[in-house]
Amino acid sequence: MSAISFQSITKAYQRPSAERTSPASAASFLALDGVSFDIEEGEFFGLLGPNGAGKTTLISILAGLALPTGGSVRVLGHDVQTDYSQARRLLGVVPQELVFDPFFNVRELLRIQSGYFGVRNNDAWIDELLENLGLTDKANANMRQLSGGMKRRVLVAQALVHKPPVIVLDEPTAGVDVELRQTLWQFIAKLNKQGHTVLLTTHYLEEAEALCGRIGMLNSGRLVALDRTSDLLKAASSNVLRFKLDGELPLALAARARVTGRIVQLPTHDALDVERYLAAVREAGLVAQDVEIRKADLEDVFLEVMSRSRGDNAAAAAAARNQEHVA
Amino acid sequence: MNGWQTLFYKEVLRFWKVAFQTIAGPVLTAMLYLLIFGHALETHVKVYGVVSYTAFLVPGLAMMSLLQNAFANSSSSLIMSKVMGNLVFLLLTPLHYMHWFVAYVGASVVRGLVVGLGVFVVAAPFTDMQFAQPLWIFAFALMGAALMGALGLIAGLWAEKFDQLAAFQNFVVMPMTFLSGVFYSIHSLPPFWQGVSHFNPFFYMIDGFRFGFFGISDVSPWLSFGVVGATLLAVSVLSLQLLRSGYKLRT
Repeated sequence: MSAISFQSITKAYQRPSAERTSPASAASFLALDGVSFDIEEGEFFGLLGPNGAGKTTLISILAGLALPTGGSVRVLGHDVQTDYSQARRLLGVVPQELVFDPFFNVRELLRIQSGYFGVRNNDAWIDELLENLGLTDKANANMRQLSGGMKRRVLVAQALVHKPPVIVLDEPTAGVDVELRQTLWQFIAKLNKQGHTVLLTTHYLEEAEALCGRIGMLNSGRLVALDRTSDLLKAASSNVLRFKLDGELPLALAARARVTGRIVQLPTHDALDVERYLAAVREAGLVAQDVEIRKADLEDVFLEVMSRSRGDNAAAAAAARNQEHVA
Repeated sequence: MNGWQTLFYKEVLRFWKVAFQTIAGPVLTAMLYLLIFGHALETHVKVYGVVSYTAFLVPGLAMMSLLQNAFANSSSSLIMSKVMGNLVFLLLTPLHYMHWFVAYVGASVVRGLVVGLGVFVVAAPFTDMQFAQPLWIFAFALMGAALMGALGLIAGLWAEKFDQLAAFQNFVVMPMTFLSGVFYSIHSLPPFWQGVSHFNPFFYMIDGFRFGFFGISDVSPWLSFGVVGATLLAVSVLSLQLLRSGYKLRT
C-alpha cells in the first residue's frame, strides 16, 4: 500500500475581482492542475519546485488544512477527507511558517499536542524527542524566549509527538543554521531507517540530492518530473562546463547558461560542446578563466526541467489562444 | 486525557495563566460600577418597591461580567490562534468539530462562572444577599455562559483581525448587555423602550438570573428560560455548522 497517494488533485482559488487585469482573465486560477503520484512506505521523497509552484498547497490538502477542488488523497489507504481522523493520526506535519503558542512552555506544548491525538503518558517519547532535537535544556522555557532555530525544533517535535508513520516536512530548513540542519537531518534519516516515510519540500537542492531516494518536481501546479534521484541525474546532461568571464556572454550561449555573477555554467554532453562554447567565447574577444568540467547536480537537472516545462506551458498557452481565434 | 479533554484543559489553562487580566480585572471593573452607581443611587431608588438598589445591582453586574467574559474567552483565544498562526496545530489533529465546540464553550463557561462568582465574593460585604431560588440562579448562569461562549466562537471564527472582533464586542455585545437591565428594571423605562428591551435576549438572561435571587422579576422566569434556551440552541447550531464546514479554517 502507498504511504501517500495523490489522485488527480486540482485546486482552484478564486481571484479577488480587484486582481483581474481584464474582463477576459479568469475569475479563478489553478494552483494545482491534476497532480497524481504515489509515495511508497519507507521512502524518503523530495518535492521540489519554484515559489508558487503549488508545493505548500499540495501539502495543505494532504494535511486537511485545505480542501481540494477535485481529486483525492489517501494516507496509508485512509482518505484525508472521508476518513480524516485516521489519516491525521498517521500523519505528522511540520508547517512551513514559524508559528508558536506563547502561553506555554515546550514540555506543556508537547503534552498538549499528544493529548489532542489521545496519546497518554507520553513523557518517555517526549524526552527522546527533546534529546534528539537538542531541546532538553529548553524543556521548561516559554516559547517566547526561544530563538527562531529553537522554535523550529519545537515545530518538528510537535509534528512527531504522536509517532506518525508518515512525516511531512514543508521547507523545514528555510533560514536555519548549519548545526540545526545537521541535527535535524540526522534525526529524520534515523526515523526513515526505522521505517517512517518522509515527504520533504525544500529549496536546498543539495539537501534533496543527499537525502531523497525519489524526487517529484512541480511547476505551475503540474507535476513536471517524477523519478529516482539517481535516474534524474543520469538523464540530465551529464557534465557541466564552468568558467569565469569578465564581459558580456555571447547571446548564443546566454540562453543555455546558468550565470551567477562572473561564473558561467553550461550543460555539456561531449568534447564537441566544450569546443563550441569556448570558441564562441573566443570569437567574442573574451577569455574564459578558471575553466573546469564537473558532474551535473540536481540544481542543473532542476533548471533544465523547469525551463523545459516553461516552454511546454508557453506552447500550450499559444495553442489555447489559437483555438480561441478559431472559435 | 482524550482529545477534547486536552483542548478543554488547554483552554482553561490559557486564561488561568493570565488570571490577573482575565479574572481579577473584570471583577475589579464590576466593583467600580457597584461602588459608583451604588453610592449615587442607593438612597434614591428602590426597585420593585422593596429591593435596595445595591442589592438589585449585584446580580446584574455578576451576570454582565459572566456573559462578557464567557464571550471574551472563546473569541479571543480563537482570534489569537488565527493571527499567530498556531491554530494549525489544532487543525492537524483528528479532533471532531463537536470536540472543538465542547472544549471552547466549556472553557468559556468555566471562565464566566469564575468571574461571576468572584464578583459575588467581593460584593457580598456591601449588601445582604438573598438566594430565593438557587436553581434558577445556576440554570441562567450556565445557559448564559454557554450562549456567550458559543457566540464568541462564531465571532472568533468570523473575525480575521483584532479590530473586527473589537467591533463585534463594542457594537453588539456591549450595547446589548448595557441595555438589558443590568442597571435598572425595565419597568422604569418609557413603554417604547420597554417594548424594545423585550427583543433583547440579554434582558431575559439577566432578568431570569435576578429572579433566582429575589423571587421577583420583570417577566416570568419560565418565559426567560424559554427565550434563553431557544437562543442558546440557535447560536449553538450556527457555531457547530461553521465548525463543521471549516468556515475560514480550512480553505
